[in-house]
Amino acid sequence: MLAMDYRGPKRVRAVQKPMPEIRHPQDAIVRVLRACICGSDLHLYNGNVPDTRVGSTFGHEFVGEIVDIGADVTKVKVGDRVIVPFNIACGECHFCRQEMYGNCQESNTESGAIGGIYGYSHTAGGFNGGQAEYARVPYANVGPVIIPADMDLDDAVMLTDVIPTGYQGAEMAGIQTGDTVVVFGAGPIGIVAARCAWLFGAGRVIIIDKEDYRLDFARNYSYCEAYNFQEIGDPVVFIKKITDWMGADCVIDAVGAEAEGNTLQTITGRKLLQQAGSATALHWAINAVKKGGVVSIVGVYGPTDNLIPIGNAMNKGLTLRGNQTSVKRLLPRLIEHVQNGVLDPKALITHRLPLEEVADGYRMFSNKLDNCIKTVLMPPTANQ
Amino acid sequence: MKDNAINTPIDPKTIKGWGIDADPKNDPTYPMRKRMNAGEDPTPKRRPDNLQPVNVEVLKSIERPKVSAVFGTPAPPSGLSGMIRRQAFKYSENQYKHWLPLIVADRVNVVEGVVTDLFQGKLPNIWAEKGYGMEWKHNRTAFVTKMATIGAVTAGLVVWLSSGKKKKKSEFKAKDYLSRF
Ligand SMILES: NC(=O)c1ccc[n+]([C@@H]2O[C@H](COP(=O)([O-])OP(=O)(O)OC[C@H]3O[C@@H](n4cnc5c(N)ncnc54)[C@H](O)[C@@H]3O)[C@@H](O)[C@H]2O)c1
Ligand SMILES: [Zn+2]
Ligand SMILES: [Zn+2]
Repeated sequence: MLAMDYRGPKRVRAVQKPMPEIRHPQDAIVRVLRACICGSDLHLYNGNVPDTRVGSTFGHEFVGEIVDIGADVTKVKVGDRVIVPFNIACGECHFCRQEMYGNCQESNTESGAIGGIYGYSHTAGGFNGGQAEYARVPYANVGPVIIPADMDLDDAVMLTDVIPTGYQGAEMAGIQTGDTVVVFGAGPIGIVAARCAWLFGAGRVIIIDKEDYRLDFARNYSYCEAYNFQEIGDPVVFIKKITDWMGADCVIDAVGAEAEGNTLQTITGRKLLQQAGSATALHWAINAVKKGGVVSIVGVYGPTDNLIPIGNAMNKGLTLRGNQTSVKRLLPRLIEHVQNGVLDPKALITHRLPLEEVADGYRMFSNKLDNCIKTVLMPPTANQ
Repeated sequence: MKDNAINTPIDPKTIKGWGIDADPKNDPTYPMRKRMNAGEDPTPKRRPDNLQPVNVEVLKSIERPKVSAVFGTPAPPSGLSGMIRRQAFKYSENQYKHWLPLIVADRVNVVEGVVTDLFQGKLPNIWAEKGYGMEWKHNRTAFVTKMATIGAVTAGLVVWLSSGKKKKKSEFKAKDYLSRF
Protein backbone atom coordinates (compact mmCIF):
# COMPACT_ATOMS: atom_id res chain seq x y z
CA MET A 1 0.00 0.00 0.00
CA LEU A 2 1.04 3.61 -0.47
CA ALA A 3 2.06 5.45 2.69
CA MET A 4 3.81 8.58 3.85
CA ASP A 5 7.41 7.90 4.90
CA TYR A 6 9.51 10.11 7.21
CA ARG A 7 13.17 10.41 6.15
CA GLY A 8 14.48 13.16 8.44
CA PRO A 9 13.79 16.77 9.35
CA LYS A 10 11.71 18.36 6.57
CA ARG A 11 12.10 15.27 4.36
CA VAL A 12 9.10 13.05 3.64
CA ARG A 13 7.90 10.97 0.70
CA ALA A 14 5.21 8.52 -0.32
CA VAL A 15 6.35 4.91 -0.77
CA GLN A 16 4.94 1.39 -0.95
CA LYS A 17 4.82 -0.31 2.47
CA PRO A 18 3.46 -3.63 3.75
CA MET A 19 -0.24 -3.73 4.66
CA PRO A 20 -0.96 -3.24 8.38
CA GLU A 21 -1.94 -6.42 10.23
CA ILE A 22 -4.27 -7.25 13.09
CA ARG A 23 -2.08 -7.72 16.15
CA HIS A 24 -4.60 -7.66 18.97
CA PRO A 25 -8.15 -9.09 19.08
CA GLN A 26 -9.58 -5.57 19.40
CA ASP A 27 -7.74 -4.24 16.32
CA ALA A 28 -9.41 -3.14 13.11
CA ILE A 29 -7.90 -2.28 9.73
CA VAL A 30 -9.26 0.82 8.07
CA ARG A 31 -9.11 1.86 4.43
CA VAL A 32 -8.34 5.54 4.69
CA LEU A 33 -10.72 7.90 2.87
CA ARG A 34 -9.33 11.25 4.05
CA ALA A 35 -6.23 12.17 6.08
CA CYS A 36 -5.13 15.64 7.17
CA ILE A 37 -1.83 17.32 7.93
CA CYS A 38 -1.93 18.98 11.36
CA GLY A 39 0.09 21.63 13.18
CA SER A 40 1.12 18.79 15.49
CA ASP A 41 2.68 16.98 12.53
CA LEU A 42 4.97 19.97 12.05
CA HIS A 43 6.73 19.24 15.35
CA LEU A 44 7.55 15.80 13.92
CA TYR A 45 8.31 17.14 10.44
CA ASN A 46 10.81 19.60 11.90
CA GLY A 47 12.53 16.79 13.81
CA ASN A 48 11.63 18.26 17.21
CA VAL A 49 9.96 15.25 18.83
CA PRO A 50 12.48 12.82 20.37
CA ASP A 51 12.32 9.21 19.12
CA THR A 52 10.83 9.97 15.72
CA ARG A 53 12.19 7.06 13.72
CA VAL A 54 13.07 7.19 10.04
CA GLY A 55 10.58 5.09 8.09
CA SER A 56 7.56 6.01 10.25
CA THR A 57 4.22 7.01 8.76
CA PHE A 58 2.58 10.09 10.27
CA GLY A 59 -1.09 11.05 10.34
CA HIS A 60 -3.37 11.17 13.37
CA GLU A 61 -6.34 12.78 11.59
CA PHE A 62 -8.11 10.27 9.36
CA VAL A 63 -11.47 8.73 8.57
CA GLY A 64 -12.00 5.50 6.71
CA GLU A 65 -13.90 2.32 6.03
CA ILE A 66 -13.37 -0.77 8.15
CA VAL A 67 -12.04 -3.62 6.01
CA ASP A 68 -11.02 -6.14 8.67
CA ILE A 69 -11.66 -6.70 12.37
CA GLY A 70 -10.10 -8.76 15.15
CA ALA A 71 -11.94 -11.52 17.02
CA ASP A 72 -13.12 -9.30 19.90
CA VAL A 73 -14.41 -6.36 17.88
CA THR A 74 -18.15 -6.00 18.38
CA LYS A 75 -18.98 -2.30 18.16
CA VAL A 76 -18.08 -1.81 14.49
CA LYS A 77 -18.17 -4.14 11.49
CA VAL A 78 -16.56 -4.45 8.08
CA GLY A 79 -17.98 -1.80 5.77
CA ASP A 80 -18.65 0.80 8.50
CA ARG A 81 -17.30 4.25 7.80
CA VAL A 82 -15.75 5.70 10.94
CA ILE A 83 -14.27 8.80 12.51
CA VAL A 84 -11.05 7.68 14.21
CA PRO A 85 -10.19 9.89 17.21
CA PHE A 86 -6.49 10.75 17.21
CA ASN A 87 -5.98 9.25 20.67
CA ILE A 88 -5.59 5.50 21.07
CA ALA A 89 -7.54 4.55 24.20
CA CYS A 90 -8.37 1.22 25.85
CA GLY A 91 -11.59 2.41 27.49
CA GLU A 92 -10.86 0.35 30.60
CA CYS A 93 -7.93 1.84 32.50
CA HIS A 94 -8.24 4.22 35.43
CA PHE A 95 -7.89 7.21 33.10
CA CYS A 96 -10.15 6.11 30.25
CA ARG A 97 -12.91 5.48 32.76
CA GLN A 98 -12.66 9.14 33.75
CA GLU A 99 -13.15 9.96 30.05
CA MET A 100 -9.51 11.01 29.82
CA TYR A 101 -9.16 9.23 26.49
CA GLY A 102 -6.08 11.32 25.68
CA ASN A 103 -4.28 9.91 28.72
CA CYS A 104 -4.77 6.16 28.36
CA GLN A 105 -2.36 4.01 30.34
CA GLU A 106 -2.54 1.02 27.98
CA SER A 107 -1.63 2.49 24.61
CA ASN A 108 1.94 3.70 25.03
CA THR A 109 4.85 1.76 26.44
CA GLU A 110 7.48 4.34 25.63
CA SER A 111 6.34 7.18 27.85
CA GLY A 112 4.59 7.61 31.17
CA ALA A 113 3.31 11.06 30.32
CA ILE A 114 1.54 10.68 27.02
CA GLY A 115 -1.11 8.30 25.71
CA GLY A 116 -0.84 6.54 22.36
CA ILE A 117 -1.40 8.67 19.26
CA TYR A 118 -1.48 7.47 15.65
CA GLY A 119 1.62 8.36 13.65
CA TYR A 120 3.18 10.43 16.36
CA SER A 121 6.67 9.02 17.05
CA HIS A 122 7.68 6.30 19.47
CA THR A 123 7.33 8.78 22.30
CA ALA A 124 3.58 8.41 21.60
CA GLY A 125 3.57 4.63 21.17
CA GLY A 126 5.27 3.94 17.82
CA PHE A 127 2.03 3.42 15.88
CA ASN A 128 1.92 4.14 12.17
CA GLY A 129 -0.55 6.82 11.17
CA GLY A 130 -3.27 7.36 8.63
CA GLN A 131 -1.43 9.26 5.91
CA ALA A 132 -1.59 5.98 4.05
CA GLU A 133 -4.01 3.80 2.16
CA TYR A 134 -4.64 1.58 5.19
CA ALA A 135 -4.10 1.91 8.93
CA ARG A 136 -4.23 -0.32 11.98
CA VAL A 137 -6.77 0.94 14.52
CA PRO A 138 -6.32 -0.62 18.00
CA TYR A 139 -9.21 -0.78 20.50
CA ALA A 140 -11.79 -0.60 17.73
CA ASN A 141 -14.57 -1.06 20.32
CA VAL A 142 -13.56 2.18 21.98
CA GLY A 143 -12.25 4.84 19.59
CA PRO A 144 -14.02 4.74 16.22
CA VAL A 145 -17.41 6.42 15.89
CA ILE A 146 -19.64 5.63 12.91
CA ILE A 147 -20.01 8.58 10.57
CA PRO A 148 -23.67 9.63 10.45
CA ALA A 149 -25.22 8.89 7.06
CA ASP A 150 -25.83 12.54 6.25
CA MET A 151 -22.34 13.71 7.17
CA ASP A 152 -19.77 14.80 4.59
CA LEU A 153 -16.42 12.97 4.85
CA ASP A 154 -14.68 16.36 4.88
CA ASP A 155 -16.66 17.35 7.97
CA ALA A 156 -15.99 13.96 9.52
CA VAL A 157 -12.21 14.14 9.16
CA MET A 158 -12.14 17.49 10.94
CA LEU A 159 -13.83 15.79 13.90
CA THR A 160 -10.82 13.53 14.49
CA ASP A 161 -8.84 16.39 16.05
CA VAL A 162 -9.27 19.99 14.88
CA ILE A 163 -12.84 20.63 15.98
CA PRO A 164 -12.63 18.77 19.31
CA THR A 165 -9.26 20.36 20.11
CA GLY A 166 -10.43 23.90 19.40
CA TYR A 167 -13.54 23.17 21.44
CA GLN A 168 -11.63 21.70 24.37
CA GLY A 169 -9.23 24.66 24.24
CA ALA A 170 -12.19 26.93 24.87
CA GLU A 171 -13.67 24.53 27.42
CA MET A 172 -10.44 24.39 29.43
CA ALA A 173 -10.29 28.21 29.44
CA GLY A 174 -13.20 28.12 31.90
CA ILE A 175 -15.02 30.88 30.02
CA GLN A 176 -17.82 32.57 31.99
CA THR A 177 -20.58 34.57 30.30
CA GLY A 178 -19.24 37.89 29.07
CA ASP A 179 -15.54 37.02 29.44
CA THR A 180 -12.86 38.45 27.17
CA VAL A 181 -10.97 35.60 25.53
CA VAL A 182 -7.62 35.95 23.73
CA VAL A 183 -6.44 33.16 21.45
CA PHE A 184 -2.78 33.02 20.41
CA GLY A 185 -2.40 31.33 17.03
CA ALA A 186 -4.76 31.53 14.04
CA GLY A 187 -3.98 28.09 12.68
CA PRO A 188 -6.88 25.64 12.34
CA ILE A 189 -6.88 24.98 16.09
CA GLY A 190 -6.86 28.64 17.14
CA ILE A 191 -9.54 29.50 14.58
CA VAL A 192 -11.83 26.77 15.95
CA ALA A 193 -11.03 27.71 19.57
CA ALA A 194 -12.02 31.31 18.82
CA ARG A 195 -15.25 30.20 17.19
CA CYS A 196 -16.06 27.83 20.08
CA ALA A 197 -15.34 30.48 22.71
CA TRP A 198 -18.69 32.01 21.74
CA LEU A 199 -20.45 28.72 22.48
CA PHE A 200 -19.34 29.06 26.10
CA GLY A 201 -20.69 32.59 26.34
CA ALA A 202 -17.64 34.77 25.69
CA GLY A 203 -18.35 38.48 25.46
CA ARG A 204 -15.34 39.36 23.32
CA VAL A 205 -12.93 37.16 21.34
CA ILE A 206 -9.54 38.30 20.07
CA ILE A 207 -7.10 36.26 17.98
CA ILE A 208 -3.39 36.99 17.50
CA ASP A 209 -1.09 35.69 14.73
CA LYS A 210 1.35 37.08 12.22
CA GLU A 211 -0.15 35.71 9.00
CA ASP A 212 -2.57 38.28 7.63
CA TYR A 213 -4.43 35.74 5.49
CA ARG A 214 -5.12 33.61 8.57
CA LEU A 215 -6.23 36.66 10.54
CA ASP A 216 -8.64 37.57 7.71
CA PHE A 217 -9.93 34.01 7.69
CA ALA A 218 -10.46 34.11 11.48
CA ARG A 219 -12.34 37.43 11.31
CA ASN A 220 -14.87 35.79 9.00
CA TYR A 221 -14.99 32.26 10.31
CA SER A 222 -14.70 32.94 14.04
CA TYR A 223 -16.45 36.34 14.17
CA CYS A 224 -13.57 37.69 16.23
CA GLU A 225 -11.16 40.63 16.35
CA ALA A 226 -7.80 39.73 14.83
CA TYR A 227 -4.42 41.40 15.25
CA ASN A 228 -1.00 40.86 13.74
CA PHE A 229 1.62 40.61 16.49
CA GLN A 230 4.23 42.10 14.19
CA GLU A 231 2.22 45.31 13.99
CA ILE A 232 1.02 45.88 17.56
CA GLY A 233 4.32 46.31 19.39
CA ASP A 234 4.56 44.31 22.60
CA PRO A 235 1.53 42.00 22.39
CA VAL A 236 1.12 41.86 26.17
CA VAL A 237 0.99 45.65 26.51
CA PHE A 238 -1.37 45.76 23.53
CA ILE A 239 -3.78 43.30 25.18
CA LYS A 240 -3.62 45.20 28.47
CA LYS A 241 -4.38 48.41 26.61
CA ILE A 242 -7.44 47.06 24.80
CA THR A 243 -8.82 45.43 27.97
CA ASP A 244 -8.80 48.59 30.06
CA TRP A 245 -5.41 47.55 31.55
CA MET A 246 -6.92 44.45 33.15
CA GLY A 247 -5.70 41.71 30.84
CA ALA A 248 -7.93 39.07 29.28
CA ASP A 249 -10.09 36.85 31.49
CA CYS A 250 -9.01 33.75 29.60
CA VAL A 251 -6.12 33.12 27.22
CA ILE A 252 -5.72 30.10 24.97
CA ASP A 253 -2.28 29.06 23.67
CA ALA A 254 -3.03 27.50 20.27
CA VAL A 255 0.52 27.81 18.99
CA GLY A 256 2.87 25.44 20.80
CA ALA A 257 6.49 24.64 20.15
CA GLU A 258 6.92 26.25 16.72
CA ALA A 259 6.10 29.75 18.04
CA GLU A 260 7.74 32.78 16.49
CA GLY A 261 8.04 36.33 17.76
CA ASN A 262 10.91 36.14 20.28
CA THR A 263 14.45 35.63 19.02
CA LEU A 264 15.82 34.14 22.24
CA GLN A 265 12.99 31.61 22.42
CA THR A 266 13.33 30.77 18.71
CA ILE A 267 17.08 30.18 18.91
CA THR A 268 17.09 28.19 22.14
CA GLY A 269 13.83 26.35 21.47
CA ARG A 270 13.69 25.70 17.76
CA LYS A 271 17.22 25.96 16.43
CA LEU A 272 19.41 24.63 19.25
CA LEU A 273 16.75 22.43 20.90
CA GLN A 274 17.94 23.64 24.30
CA GLN A 275 14.31 23.77 25.37
CA ALA A 276 11.32 21.71 24.29
CA GLY A 277 10.36 24.12 21.52
CA SER A 278 9.88 27.86 21.64
CA ALA A 279 7.49 28.92 24.41
CA THR A 280 6.84 32.44 23.12
CA ALA A 281 3.06 32.12 22.94
CA LEU A 282 2.73 30.54 26.38
CA HIS A 283 5.02 33.24 27.78
CA TRP A 284 2.76 35.90 26.28
CA ALA A 285 -0.37 34.08 27.49
CA ILE A 286 0.74 34.03 31.13
CA ASN A 287 1.62 37.70 30.99
CA ALA A 288 -1.49 38.81 29.05
CA VAL A 289 -4.15 37.11 31.18
CA LYS A 290 -5.61 39.08 34.06
CA LYS A 291 -4.91 38.33 37.70
CA GLY A 292 -6.84 35.23 38.74
CA GLY A 293 -7.40 34.33 35.08
CA VAL A 294 -7.14 31.01 33.28
CA VAL A 295 -4.56 29.97 30.70
CA SER A 296 -5.62 27.06 28.53
CA ILE A 297 -2.68 25.27 26.89
CA VAL A 298 -3.58 23.47 23.70
CA GLY A 299 -0.26 24.08 21.94
CA VAL A 300 2.03 21.07 22.03
CA TYR A 301 5.50 21.23 23.57
CA GLY A 302 8.24 18.62 23.80
CA PRO A 303 8.85 16.45 26.85
CA THR A 304 11.76 18.39 28.41
CA ASP A 305 11.70 21.98 29.73
CA ASN A 306 10.48 25.39 28.56
CA LEU A 307 11.22 28.95 29.61
CA ILE A 308 7.99 30.44 30.94
CA PRO A 309 7.38 33.08 33.63
CA ILE A 310 6.06 30.70 36.26
CA GLY A 311 6.73 33.34 38.94
CA ASN A 312 4.16 35.61 37.31
CA ALA A 313 1.69 32.74 37.18
CA MET A 314 2.04 32.39 40.95
CA ASN A 315 1.97 36.12 41.72
CA LYS A 316 -1.11 36.59 39.55
CA GLY A 317 -2.97 33.60 40.98
CA LEU A 318 -3.45 31.94 37.63
CA THR A 319 -4.98 28.62 36.77
CA LEU A 320 -3.11 26.75 34.04
CA ARG A 321 -4.98 23.96 32.29
CA GLY A 322 -3.94 21.79 29.40
CA ASN A 323 -4.32 18.35 27.95
CA GLN A 324 -4.35 16.28 24.84
CA THR A 325 -7.92 16.49 23.64
CA SER A 326 -10.26 13.76 24.78
CA VAL A 327 -11.81 13.43 21.33
CA LYS A 328 -14.13 10.54 22.11
CA ARG A 329 -15.63 12.37 25.09
CA LEU A 330 -16.56 15.35 22.93
CA LEU A 331 -17.74 13.65 19.74
CA PRO A 332 -21.46 13.19 20.57
CA ARG A 333 -21.87 16.90 21.36
CA LEU A 334 -19.78 18.05 18.41
CA ILE A 335 -21.53 15.80 15.88
CA GLU A 336 -24.73 17.45 17.09
CA HIS A 337 -23.21 20.91 16.57
CA VAL A 338 -22.18 20.00 13.03
CA GLN A 339 -25.58 18.53 12.19
CA ASN A 340 -27.37 21.61 13.55
CA GLY A 341 -25.13 23.96 11.61
CA VAL A 342 -23.55 25.47 14.75
CA LEU A 343 -20.11 24.49 13.47
CA ASP A 344 -18.92 24.23 9.88
CA PRO A 345 -15.77 22.10 9.91
CA LYS A 346 -15.11 21.59 6.21
CA ALA A 347 -14.94 25.34 5.57
CA LEU A 348 -11.44 25.16 7.09
CA ILE A 349 -10.14 23.01 4.24
CA THR A 350 -8.22 25.08 1.70
CA HIS A 351 -6.15 22.41 -0.06
CA ARG A 352 -6.60 18.85 -1.24
CA LEU A 353 -3.64 16.83 -2.50
CA PRO A 354 -3.13 13.23 -3.59
CA LEU A 355 -1.12 11.22 -1.05
CA GLU A 356 1.62 10.90 -3.66
CA GLU A 357 2.29 14.63 -3.20
CA VAL A 358 2.61 14.42 0.57
CA ALA A 359 6.00 16.23 0.56
CA ASP A 360 4.45 19.22 -1.21
CA GLY A 361 1.57 19.17 1.25
CA TYR A 362 3.89 19.35 4.25
CA ARG A 363 6.00 22.11 2.74
CA MET A 364 2.94 24.14 1.85
CA PHE A 365 1.28 23.83 5.28
CA SER A 366 4.53 24.31 7.16
CA ASN A 367 5.59 27.45 5.32
CA LYS A 368 2.04 28.78 4.93
CA LEU A 369 2.26 28.92 1.15
CA ASP A 370 -0.71 29.70 -1.09
CA ASN A 371 -2.79 30.92 1.89
CA CYS A 372 -3.00 27.40 3.29
CA ILE A 373 -5.19 26.77 6.35
CA LYS A 374 -5.91 23.03 6.29
CA THR A 375 -4.69 20.36 3.88
CA VAL A 376 -6.44 17.06 3.17
CA LEU A 377 -4.53 14.15 1.65
CA MET A 378 -6.42 11.77 -0.61
CA PRO A 379 -5.01 8.22 -0.74
CA PRO A 380 -5.45 6.46 -4.10
CA THR A 381 -7.87 3.96 -2.49
CA ALA A 382 -10.13 6.78 -1.27
CA ASN A 383 -11.99 6.85 -4.56
CA GLN A 384 -12.81 3.16 -4.75
CA MET B 1 10.92 2.58 50.04
CA LYS B 2 13.59 1.98 52.62
CA ASP B 3 12.22 4.54 55.11
CA ASN B 4 8.85 2.84 55.40
CA ALA B 5 9.37 2.09 59.07
CA ILE B 6 9.41 5.77 60.03
CA ASN B 7 6.89 6.80 57.36
CA THR B 8 3.90 5.01 58.90
CA PRO B 9 0.70 5.62 56.92
CA ILE B 10 -2.05 7.29 58.93
CA ASP B 11 -5.82 7.04 58.50
CA PRO B 12 -6.66 10.64 57.51
CA LYS B 13 -10.09 10.41 59.15
CA THR B 14 -8.38 10.28 62.54
CA ILE B 15 -6.96 13.77 61.98
CA LYS B 16 -8.96 16.47 63.71
CA GLY B 17 -10.86 18.54 61.14
CA TRP B 18 -10.27 16.19 58.24
CA GLY B 19 -12.58 17.11 55.35
CA ILE B 20 -14.59 19.80 57.17
CA ASP B 21 -14.00 22.33 54.37
CA ALA B 22 -14.09 19.88 51.47
CA ASP B 23 -15.92 21.46 48.54
CA PRO B 24 -16.56 19.11 45.65
CA LYS B 25 -17.49 22.05 43.40
CA ASN B 26 -14.01 23.50 43.75
CA ASP B 27 -12.55 21.22 41.14
CA PRO B 28 -9.74 22.70 39.12
CA THR B 29 -9.64 19.67 36.82
CA TYR B 30 -12.78 20.90 34.97
CA PRO B 31 -13.64 19.88 32.22
CA MET B 32 -12.84 16.41 33.51
CA ARG B 33 -16.34 15.40 34.47
CA LYS B 34 -15.86 11.90 35.83
CA ARG B 35 -13.02 12.58 38.18
CA MET B 36 -12.11 9.95 40.73
CA ASN B 37 -8.97 9.26 42.66
CA ALA B 38 -7.43 5.83 42.77
CA GLY B 39 -9.14 5.18 46.14
CA GLU B 40 -12.57 5.78 44.63
CA ASP B 41 -11.85 3.49 41.71
CA PRO B 42 -12.92 -0.08 42.54
CA THR B 43 -10.41 -1.44 40.03
CA PRO B 44 -7.65 1.14 39.61
CA LYS B 45 -5.24 -1.41 38.12
CA ARG B 46 -7.69 -2.82 35.58
CA ARG B 47 -6.17 -3.78 32.23
CA PRO B 48 -7.68 -4.94 28.93
CA ASP B 49 -8.31 -8.70 28.80
CA ASN B 50 -5.95 -9.36 25.93
CA LEU B 51 -2.38 -8.20 25.60
CA GLN B 52 -0.70 -7.81 22.24
CA PRO B 53 2.04 -10.45 22.02
CA VAL B 54 5.46 -8.86 22.37
CA ASN B 55 7.15 -10.35 19.31
CA VAL B 56 9.13 -7.28 18.28
CA GLU B 57 11.48 -5.25 20.44
CA VAL B 58 9.58 -2.57 22.39
CA LEU B 59 11.49 -0.07 24.48
CA LYS B 60 9.67 0.42 27.79
CA SER B 61 9.66 3.55 29.89
CA ILE B 62 10.94 2.72 33.38
CA GLU B 63 8.11 4.88 34.71
CA ARG B 64 5.60 2.12 34.03
CA PRO B 65 5.45 -1.49 35.18
CA LYS B 66 4.66 -3.35 31.97
CA VAL B 67 4.40 -3.07 28.21
CA SER B 68 1.05 -1.49 27.30
CA ALA B 69 -1.72 -3.78 26.07
CA VAL B 70 -1.21 -2.51 22.53
CA PHE B 71 1.83 -0.92 20.95
CA GLY B 72 3.19 0.05 17.55
CA THR B 73 5.36 -2.44 15.71
CA PRO B 74 6.52 -0.88 12.44
CA ALA B 75 9.88 0.63 13.42
CA PRO B 76 11.64 -1.35 16.16
CA PRO B 77 15.05 0.01 17.23
CA SER B 78 17.85 -1.01 14.89
CA GLY B 79 21.43 -0.20 14.00
CA LEU B 80 23.51 2.39 15.81
CA SER B 81 20.48 4.59 16.48
CA GLY B 82 18.79 1.58 18.07
CA MET B 83 21.76 1.02 20.37
CA ILE B 84 21.59 4.64 21.48
CA ARG B 85 17.83 4.40 22.03
CA ARG B 86 18.24 1.28 24.21
CA GLN B 87 20.69 3.19 26.41
CA ALA B 88 18.28 6.13 26.64
CA PHE B 89 15.50 3.89 27.95
CA LYS B 90 17.62 2.96 30.96
CA TYR B 91 16.74 6.37 32.37
CA SER B 92 13.39 7.84 33.32
CA GLU B 93 11.67 10.58 31.37
CA ASN B 94 12.60 12.84 34.26
CA GLN B 95 16.22 12.84 33.08
CA TYR B 96 18.09 14.48 30.23
CA LYS B 97 19.97 11.18 29.93
CA HIS B 98 16.73 9.86 28.47
CA TRP B 99 15.85 12.62 26.00
CA LEU B 100 19.16 13.93 24.72
CA PRO B 101 20.39 10.53 23.46
CA LEU B 102 17.01 10.04 21.76
CA ILE B 103 17.48 13.30 19.87
CA VAL B 104 21.00 12.19 18.89
CA ALA B 105 19.63 8.79 17.84
CA ASP B 106 17.06 10.50 15.63
CA ARG B 107 19.84 12.35 13.78
CA VAL B 108 21.96 9.19 13.44
CA ASN B 109 18.85 7.44 12.14
CA VAL B 110 18.55 10.01 9.34
CA VAL B 111 22.05 9.14 8.13
CA GLU B 112 21.20 5.43 8.42
CA GLY B 113 18.13 6.13 6.29
CA VAL B 114 20.24 7.66 3.53
CA VAL B 115 22.71 4.79 3.68
CA THR B 116 19.86 2.27 3.43
CA ASP B 117 18.49 4.14 0.42
CA LEU B 118 21.88 4.07 -1.27
CA PHE B 119 22.30 0.35 -0.54
CA GLN B 120 18.96 -0.25 -2.19
CA GLY B 121 20.24 1.64 -5.23
CA LYS B 122 17.97 4.60 -4.50
CA LEU B 123 19.33 8.13 -4.52
CA PRO B 124 17.04 10.18 -2.23
CA ASN B 125 15.35 12.93 -4.21
CA ILE B 126 15.93 15.70 -1.69
CA TRP B 127 14.26 18.36 -3.84
CA ALA B 128 11.03 16.34 -3.94
CA GLU B 129 11.20 15.09 -0.34
CA LYS B 130 11.55 18.64 0.91
CA GLY B 131 8.67 19.80 -1.27
CA TYR B 132 10.79 22.52 -2.84
CA GLY B 133 8.49 22.43 -5.87
CA MET B 134 5.86 24.20 -3.77
CA GLU B 135 8.31 26.97 -2.81
CA TRP B 136 9.21 27.32 -6.48
CA LYS B 137 5.55 27.62 -7.39
CA HIS B 138 4.23 29.87 -4.62
CA ASN B 139 7.18 31.63 -3.03
CA ARG B 140 9.82 31.84 -5.75
CA THR B 141 11.58 35.12 -5.01
CA ALA B 142 12.01 34.52 -1.29
CA PHE B 143 12.99 30.89 -1.91
CA VAL B 144 15.62 31.74 -4.53
CA THR B 145 17.01 34.50 -2.30
CA LYS B 146 17.21 32.13 0.67
CA MET B 147 18.89 29.38 -1.35
CA ALA B 148 21.33 31.88 -2.90
CA THR B 149 22.19 33.21 0.56
CA ILE B 150 22.74 29.73 1.96
CA GLY B 151 24.85 28.90 -1.12
CA ALA B 152 26.94 32.07 -0.81
CA VAL B 153 27.49 31.62 2.93
CA THR B 154 28.44 27.95 2.46
CA ALA B 155 30.82 28.81 -0.41
CA GLY B 156 32.31 31.62 1.69
CA LEU B 157 32.81 29.26 4.64
CA VAL B 158 34.42 26.62 2.44
CA VAL B 159 36.83 29.16 0.96
CA TRP B 160 37.59 30.57 4.40
CA LEU B 161 38.14 27.17 6.00
CA SER B 162 40.26 25.83 3.20
CA SER B 163 42.40 28.99 3.04
CA GLY B 164 43.42 28.66 6.71
CA LYS B 165 45.68 26.11 8.34
CA LYS B 166 45.53 22.89 6.30
CA LYS B 167 43.15 20.51 8.04
CA LYS B 168 43.48 16.77 7.83
CA LYS B 169 41.46 15.78 4.76
CA SER B 170 39.43 12.98 6.32
CA GLU B 171 38.31 15.12 9.26
CA PHE B 172 36.94 17.78 6.95
CA LYS B 173 35.03 15.30 4.84
CA ALA B 174 33.22 13.78 7.79
CA LYS B 175 32.08 17.21 8.96
CA ASP B 176 30.76 18.17 5.55
CA TYR B 177 28.86 14.90 5.24
CA LEU B 178 27.07 15.34 8.54
CA SER B 179 26.19 18.98 8.01
CA ARG B 180 24.43 18.10 4.78
CA PHE B 181 21.80 16.00 6.49
N1 LIG C 1 -3.81 19.45 22.70
C1 LIG C 1 -4.13 18.76 21.62
O1 LIG C 1 -4.76 17.73 21.73
C2 LIG C 1 -3.74 19.25 20.28
C3 LIG C 1 -4.34 18.72 19.15
C4 LIG C 1 -4.03 19.25 17.89
C5 LIG C 1 -3.11 20.26 17.79
N2 LIG C 1 -2.50 20.74 18.91
C6 LIG C 1 -1.50 21.81 18.84
O2 LIG C 1 -2.13 23.05 18.62
C7 LIG C 1 -1.18 23.92 18.01
C8 LIG C 1 -1.80 24.59 16.80
O3 LIG C 1 -2.14 23.65 15.80
P1 LIG C 1 -2.49 24.14 14.32
O4 LIG C 1 -2.85 22.93 13.53
O5 LIG C 1 -3.46 25.24 14.38
O6 LIG C 1 -1.04 24.63 13.86
P2 LIG C 1 -0.49 25.78 12.88
O7 LIG C 1 0.97 25.61 12.87
O8 LIG C 1 -1.24 25.77 11.60
O9 LIG C 1 -0.88 27.14 13.64
C9 LIG C 1 -0.07 27.81 14.53
C10 LIG C 1 -0.24 29.31 14.25
O10 LIG C 1 0.43 30.06 15.27
C11 LIG C 1 1.01 31.20 14.67
N3 LIG C 1 2.04 31.72 15.58
C12 LIG C 1 3.36 31.45 15.63
N4 LIG C 1 3.92 32.09 16.67
C13 LIG C 1 2.93 32.79 17.27
C14 LIG C 1 2.89 33.64 18.41
N5 LIG C 1 3.99 33.88 19.13
N6 LIG C 1 1.70 34.20 18.76
C15 LIG C 1 0.57 33.95 18.03
N7 LIG C 1 0.55 33.14 16.96
C16 LIG C 1 1.72 32.56 16.59
C17 LIG C 1 1.51 30.68 13.34
O11 LIG C 1 1.71 31.76 12.43
C18 LIG C 1 0.38 29.74 12.92
O12 LIG C 1 -0.60 30.41 12.15
C19 LIG C 1 0.03 23.06 17.66
O13 LIG C 1 1.01 23.21 18.66
C20 LIG C 1 -0.53 21.69 17.71
O14 LIG C 1 0.46 20.73 17.99
C21 LIG C 1 -2.81 20.25 20.13
ZN1 LIG D 1 -3.91 17.06 14.70
ZN1 LIG E 1 -7.09 3.45 28.79
